[in-house]
This record gives sequence, structure tokens and C-alpha cells, in this order.
Amino acid sequence: MDPHLLAAAAPITSTSGGEALTFWIIAPIAVLGALGMVLAKNAVHGALLLVANLFCVAVCYLLQDAPFLGFVQIVVYTGAIMVLFLFVLMLIGVDSTESLVETLRGQRLAATVLGLGFAGLLVFPLGKVIKGQPAAGVADVNKAGGGNIHAIARLLFTDYVFAFEAVSALLVIAAVGAMILTHRERTGPKPSQRETLRRRIESGAVLTPVPGPGVYARADSADQRPALPGGSNGLVGGAPSELGPGGGAAGGRGDDAGAGDAGDGKAPSGPVPATGPGAAGGAAPVGAGKGSGL
Amino acid sequence: MTPAVAAGAEGGAVHYAAASGAFSLSWLLIALPLAGAAVLLLGGKRTDKFGHVVGTVAALASFVVGLVIFFTLVGRDGSDRAVSQHLFSWIPVNGFQVDAGLLVDQLSVVFVLLITGVGTLIHIYSIGYMAHDPGRRKFFAYMNLFLASMLLLVLGNNFLALYAGWELVGLSSFLLIKFWEYKPAAATAANKAFYMNRVGDVGLAIAIMFMFGTLGSTNYDHVFTAAAGGAIGHGTITAIALLLLLGACGKSGQFPLQAWLPDAMEGPTPISALIHAATMVTAGVYLIARSAPVFNETQAARTVVVIIGAVTILIGCVIGCAYDDIKKVLAYSTVSQIGYMFLAVGLGPAGYALGIAHLLAHGFFKAGLFLGSGSVIHAMDDEQDMRRYGGLWKYMKVTWVTFGLGYLAIIGCPPFSGFFTKDKIIETAFDKGGTSGYILGIVALLGAGITAFYMTRLFLMTFHGKARWSHEGADAKHPHESPTTMTGPMILLAIGSVAAGALFVVGGTLQDWLAPVVGEHGEADHVLSPTVLTLLTLVVSAGGLAGAVLRYQLRPVDAVAKPDAAVSPLTVAARHDLYANTFNEAAFMIPGNYLVRFLVWFDKIIIDGLVGGTAATIGGLSGRLRRTQTGYVRTYALSMLGGTILVVGALLLVRAG
Amino acid sequence: MNPGNYLVLSGLLFAIGAVGVLVRRNAIVVFMCVELMLNAVNLSLVTFSRIQGNLEGQVIAFFVMVVAAAEVVIGLAIILTIFRTRRSASVDDVNLLKY
Repeated sequence: MDPHLLAAAAPITSTSGGEALTFWIIAPIAVLGALGMVLAKNAVHGALLLVANLFCVAVCYLLQDAPFLGFVQIVVYTGAIMVLFLFVLMLIGVDSTESLVETLRGQRLAATVLGLGFAGLLVFPLGKVIKGQPAAGVADVNKAGGGNIHAIARLLFTDYVFAFEAVSALLVIAAVGAMILTHRERTGPKPSQRETLRRRIESGAVLTPVPGPGVYARADSADQRPALPGGSNGLVGGAPSELGPGGGAAGGRGDDAGAGDAGDGKAPSGPVPATGPGAAGGAAPVGAGKGSGL
Repeated sequence: MTPAVAAGAEGGAVHYAAASGAFSLSWLLIALPLAGAAVLLLGGKRTDKFGHVVGTVAALASFVVGLVIFFTLVGRDGSDRAVSQHLFSWIPVNGFQVDAGLLVDQLSVVFVLLITGVGTLIHIYSIGYMAHDPGRRKFFAYMNLFLASMLLLVLGNNFLALYAGWELVGLSSFLLIKFWEYKPAAATAANKAFYMNRVGDVGLAIAIMFMFGTLGSTNYDHVFTAAAGGAIGHGTITAIALLLLLGACGKSGQFPLQAWLPDAMEGPTPISALIHAATMVTAGVYLIARSAPVFNETQAARTVVVIIGAVTILIGCVIGCAYDDIKKVLAYSTVSQIGYMFLAVGLGPAGYALGIAHLLAHGFFKAGLFLGSGSVIHAMDDEQDMRRYGGLWKYMKVTWVTFGLGYLAIIGCPPFSGFFTKDKIIETAFDKGGTSGYILGIVALLGAGITAFYMTRLFLMTFHGKARWSHEGADAKHPHESPTTMTGPMILLAIGSVAAGALFVVGGTLQDWLAPVVGEHGEADHVLSPTVLTLLTLVVSAGGLAGAVLRYQLRPVDAVAKPDAAVSPLTVAARHDLYANTFNEAAFMIPGNYLVRFLVWFDKIIIDGLVGGTAATIGGLSGRLRRTQTGYVRTYALSMLGGTILVVGALLLVRAG
Repeated sequence: MNPGNYLVLSGLLFAIGAVGVLVRRNAIVVFMCVELMLNAVNLSLVTFSRIQGNLEGQVIAFFVMVVAAAEVVIGLAIILTIFRTRRSASVDDVNLLKY
């Protein structure tokens, strides 16, 4: 940013027209992606928009003779790190969308004003300073070093070897730290297979595998009626009613809810068969299963 | 400079022998009554039944130890009679060493005998006097504490130990004056005594600081060697002497700090006898006699001492004539008699021994008089007004005889003790020479005459004349002789008052004994022939006596005092303590009150306002500032961004212009 | 075209990321915004490298990426831990440390 520093750099290269074209295509996408991420209601959308943005930045790296960083950006950032983000998003619950009503008074306005001010502060003096300032370019350095990757590698393992070692130690520490943070201390004895099974049977859950999506059946058992359209099990007043189509959709929704609420301890109630006194017939096999299971 | 040479025993240097044999037991003198006090105070109600026995035995044991030490001392050579015992290192700080030690010498052993002897007698007396008091055990505990403190005062081998005893004596005096603390007068009197003593104590404390400052030590041997050797500047030594005198005035009830002593008579009568007549109030005389080498160096301080003594003699005498309260009269007679002692010790080496002699004699006859008055008060159901007495000699013969002997001693009737000691003091005052000698001598002579007058008045109003009380009626009185525990000590003290003077003064016994400590008295040039002077004194005293007989024996005494309007202005003034209290109130108390009020206002409004205001302002501001800590990380991030913008903006402004 | 344009882009992205941190409450989105800011900085580093004509800037950008990766791992672990105990991923719900 120092004009004298910039002036000191020798004017070797001027940018090509192709680079300018690419930049002017990429830059708006990057800005839009960033804005979209900030404004997106759904966090998953935001993550995907961030991917787009990071990709654009990677392209910018490539444009500036930094192929190593560009590809590392794509592989590490848009690949590994964003997958990690999405993974955690899924773990926490994708549909826990955040209310967009601001709770802190004046926060949004202040943030916008300050953000615009900051951007203005960065952009306008900068634009003024860099106008007509040519750049040295790294193409020569890359060439002299036997290519970008070789040149960077030489730097990394000579001048920056200690920093490199420290950073690698940091990575290991981060990995161990993440394990420690997310590790759950077992407070009781590890449940045996027998206890796990007993708990599952006593909870009244479906013992058999749940039928695959797209079928109307709510259980693999022959004595279970498929769900009716609208999700009811067709049991009205304790009497079993006729089978009807459309139960699959309901069942599917129930499954989704179950997946979404995995953590909240509420058992998916939709597909549970034996909920009413009229379902004694349905309950009987469970009881029998219990008896035989033991 | 002759006094200076005379003061230091051997060529100015003061040296004390190390303690051995019986002297290594001298700490027992203090420890015994202290242990008694501790047992009685810590034992609480469990010791109620036998508390008085414990207290008396402790005092008696201390007296016995004192006797043993005294006779051991007598058996030694004159030059070898000052024995210092090192007890322990008191304040062992590098370069600032204070050792606790005791000094047994001719002066202190005399005081030890007086304190423990009279103390023991008064302990015995109190067994009877306080028999019906529920707080008797506490009373004996305090008395033992007083004995221990007083013994520490006279036995310490440095001024700091003396000061510790001095303050402890003040404390026990306070505790004993307010012994009947439910009486408002007693509580007030105790406070008054405490405050006025404090004025004197400040003087003593500053004197001790002076010694530390100039000599780095307060040990008697160091201080006195330095004083006699001229190691202390003249100004400093005068300042030290005057400050010591201020302390002495406070403790001994001398002008201008005399007002507390009569009020202290609100305490039980044995206390008036023990503390406020025989022992504690003489501590001032002891202090001056002990500091003889210091006072010998400064003529100015000694002049102040004699002036204070002379003024106090007259004040005590004049007020003594006006009061009707038997104990107050005795109290003012104490004030005036101590004035004689101050006069004596102020006269320099010629008078120290006489002052001490009068002190000892006074210790006997004044204690006896107080015990006698206590016996009368006891018999008259706590009535203290002499105008309601009269003709009591028929009812309490022992008291009458013992009181009479003490009375004869105090007015200086030959051959009782007061005659020898007071006569010598008057003689020495005249011997001072010059106009001042005449003035002092005449004041002392006049004092003797007035003493004879008011003591005769007291004696006649109490024991003779028509009875101004009755056996019948609402406040019927049944006077009776006191029990043996009370009369016994009175008899012993009466014997002392008869014999003490002759024993001490005739042949210069006490003067020779004390000479190593306070200096040789030498042979003075007599201004008037001693014989003439003795006769003169007797004539003046007889005149006072005759006046009192004419006024109070041959004419009837009113049962109620005349109102102020009907008596002379001098009497009115005397009845109001010569306006000492009024003066103190106007000069010190009221301005002090205003000062304190101002300071309280200043402290509350200005200081507290400043401090409290600062605190409140900061507190209020922090209360508001605290609200910015919302706990929302986004708020913090916002302020961080704002700060970043400021920094970046400032950077750009400076660098990019 | 002037390489300074990359710096302008970088500044814009950084400001957008900063605003995102300030206005979003979902901890993961906030975190993503932080990543965006880091990337903006990286872009400027690479651009500086180009303007200066040496590779130091790229090396530093590389280190930033590594550190960011480590930070993401730890940050997400912390978010997960908080979510487990408080059943919430909102940064506003973690406001116990206050006046």
C-alpha cells in the first residue's frame, strides 16, 4: 500500500487482456458469492455460495502466476474444509434455519455502516494509490526457480523451514484437540449387546429393518397396514380401517423428521405401530418377539 | 555546678551493679500482684468467694519480698546499693535496643515498701469496707493490678518501663474510680481523670522521644550519665525536664492539671486512700526525684517546679477551706501536700530527700485520714457532708483516735511526722535565699497555717460539736465502730504517721540513704535560724488551729451550708474549685468542641465527600460502562471493527497523507 | 488491467466477510464468514507477491491456509461441543459471560 514501495518495484510486466477479461468475469461472481453467503437464509446455501466464492479466488491465484496456491485452494478449501463445514452443518441440523430478525438493536445498521466504511477505507485510497502502478510479476521468479511449485518448495524448506515445522506441529495439535473436544466421556459402563437389545425391545421400536422409501408399508410385518394418505395409520376409534395409498409420503416425511431431530430424543412417532389399545394385534408380535428374543 | 557534681554518684557517671542473690527475685515484686490480678480476672465468678484473700495475700507476699530486698540492700555498701536486673530484650531491633530491666536502689526500694506496705494495709481494710459489694473480687483484682503497675513504675530501670507502668497505673486508676460505674458522677470523674492524665502523659511520652532522639536510649544510667556529663544540649535538657514535669503534674494533680483529683474521690474510699493519696499521685514526685540529674542541669525547669509547687499549695489550701464534703477536703489537702513535695524537689539536691520524706510521711497520714473518713462514711450510711456529722467521737473511738493522730501529723504538730518533714521543707525554702526564697518560704508557711485551719475545721465538724444528725426520723443514722479488718490498718497507719517523720528526718537518715541517688544535701547557709523558723511555723499553725476552733467549736455549725450569695467572693470561688473547671471548660473544652465539630464536618463533607464522591462517580460510571458488556460476541466484534477502522484510517491519514 | 484491482476485490471480500460476522447468528455461518475474510487476506498476499515480484507472499498465504485449516478443525469442534450441551448453534445464546 506504500506508494514508494510500489514505485520501487520495477515495471516488468503488464497484464494481458485475457487476464483482464477473466478477472472482470470472476470478480463479480466472487463478490456476489460472498454477498449471497452473508445474506442466504439457509446455511447450506451459504456454504455452497462460499464454495463458489473460494473457487473464484482460486482462479484469481491462477491468474496471478500462483498455480500452487490456486490448486491448494481448490483442493483444501473448496474441497476438504467446505466438506467439513457441510458435515458439521448436517450434524447440527440443516433445517435449524436462523431467524433473520435482528435481536441486537442497531447491530445490523451499525454493521452495514461500518462494513461500508471499512470497504471504502480499503478501496478508495487504494484505488487512488495503485492507479497506473505496474507490478513486477512473479513469472520470472517462477521460471528461475524451476516452476512455481519448485520455487515455493525451495522457500518453504530453506528460509521457512522452522515456520513450516511449527505449522505442521500446529496441525497435529489441532487434530488431537478436535478429538479431545468432541470426545464424550463415558459415564456408565459400556452397554453389552444384550442390554442394547433389551433396551431396544423395551422401547417398543421397530425391531425389523424399516421398509425402504417409496413403499406404502410402514413395517415389514405382514400384519401392519400401510399408512393412509395424510400420514394416519387408518386406525379410527380403535378399529382398523381400510388400507389406502399415500402412506409412503407420510412415512417418508416422518423419516425425514426423525433424521432431522436425531438429537432431540423424540422417537419418530409416525411409523410406530403399537400406539393405541386397538393395536393389540400389532403389539402382540412385539411381545412375542420379546419373549423369544430373550 | 555543684548540684551536677553532687548528682552523679562517682564523677558524673552512673553505674548500677548487676543483680544477684535476693535481687534476682525483684521481678517477683511485680509478678506477685500481677498474678493475683490475673487469677482474679481470669478466674471470674469462681473466685468470688476467696478473691479478697488471694488479692491480699498477693500484696502481702510482695511486701515481704520488698522487705527482704530492703534488708539485703541495707546490708550492702552505700556505693553498691543500686542493683539493676536485666529481664529480657524488649525491642531488639538493629540499632534500636530497648531492654526490659529492673532497678533496685535506695529510692525505688523506699517506694516499694511504701506501695506494698500501705497497699497491703488498704487491701486488708477493703476486705471489711467492700464486704457487701457484689464486685469485691473485681475490686481486689484492680487493686492488685494497680500494685503491679505502680511497682513497675518505680522499679523500671529505664524511662520506657516507667512509662509502661505510668500508663498502667492510669488505667487501673481509671478502672477503680469508675468502679461504681452506675453512678454517673463516678463514670464522669473516671473519664475526666483519664483525659487530664493524658495531657500529662503526652508530655512524658514526648520527653521519652527526646531521649531516644538525642541519646538512643532511655536507660537511667545512660540518660543520667549523659545529663551529668553535659552530653545533652541545654535547650534539650530543659525541654526534657519541662515535659517530664508536665507528666508529673498530670499524674500528681498539680497546677494546672489539678482538677481531676478531687473528682476522683467518687471512687471507693480505699482507692482514694491508696491511689489518690498515698501512692499514685506521688508518682510525679518520684519522677522528678528519679530524674534529679536531669533537673539539676536546668535551673529554669526547677524554677517552674517550685512555682507549680507553691501555687498548688495555696490552691489546695484555699479550696480545702470551702468544701463540706469530707473526701473533697482531704483530696484538696492531698493536692496541697503534694505541692509541698514539688516545692521540695524543685529546690534541688537540698530538697529531694525532704520531698521524698514528706511523701512517705504523707503516704502514712493521708492514707490513715482517708481510711478514717471511709470508716466515718461507712458508719454514716454513705453520708459525706461534714455538716451532717458532729459529735461522732463518742460512737467510734478507734476511728477518732487514729484520725486524730493523722490530723495532728498533717498540721505539723510536734512530734508527729508532718512536723519534721514540713518544717524542713519550709526551712529549705527560706534557705534558697534571695527574694524568691522568702516568697517560697512565706507561701509554705502560709500553707501550713491554712492547712491547720481547714484540717481542724474538718476534724471538729466531724467528731466534735453538736450532732447534726439524729437517731430517729426518715434518715436516721446509727453510727458504729468499723470491723477489725478496717480499724487494724487504721491503727497501723496511725502508728506510721506518728513515727515516720522522726524516723526519716531526724539525723538525716533518709537524706543519707537517698544521697547516692538524688545527690548530697550538704549544709545550707541558713537565712533564718532553724529554731526560729520552727517556732514561727508552730505559731502560724497554731494560729490556723485557733481560728478553726473559734469558728467551728465555740460557735455552732450550720447543718446546711450558706448559699453563695451569703458568703465572701473568695469562698464562692473556692467552692467552684477556683474556677479551674470553668477555665478548662472555656479555654479547652468549648474551643475543642468547636474544633472537633469543625473537623467532623470537614471529614464528613470534604474528605468523605471527596472520597465517597470519587467512589460514587466511578461506581456510577462503571455501572453504565458495565452495561456495554452484553455477553454478545457480535457486539464485541462490532466494536473491534470500529477500532480497526479508526486505526486504519489514522494510518492512512498519516502515511498516505 | 492493473493488479491493484485484485486488492480492491480483496478489500471488498474482507468487508463483506466482516459484515457477515457481525450480522449472522448461526455460528457456522459466522465461521464461514471468517474463512471468507481469511481468503480475502490471502488474495491480497498473493497480489502483493506479484507486485513485489517475489514468492514470499505466496509462502505466507500458504501458511495462512494451513493455519486456517487447523482453526477450522478446532472451531468446528468447539461449535459442536457447544451445540451438544446447549442445543444451539447461535452465537447469541452463548452470552453468559457478561455484566
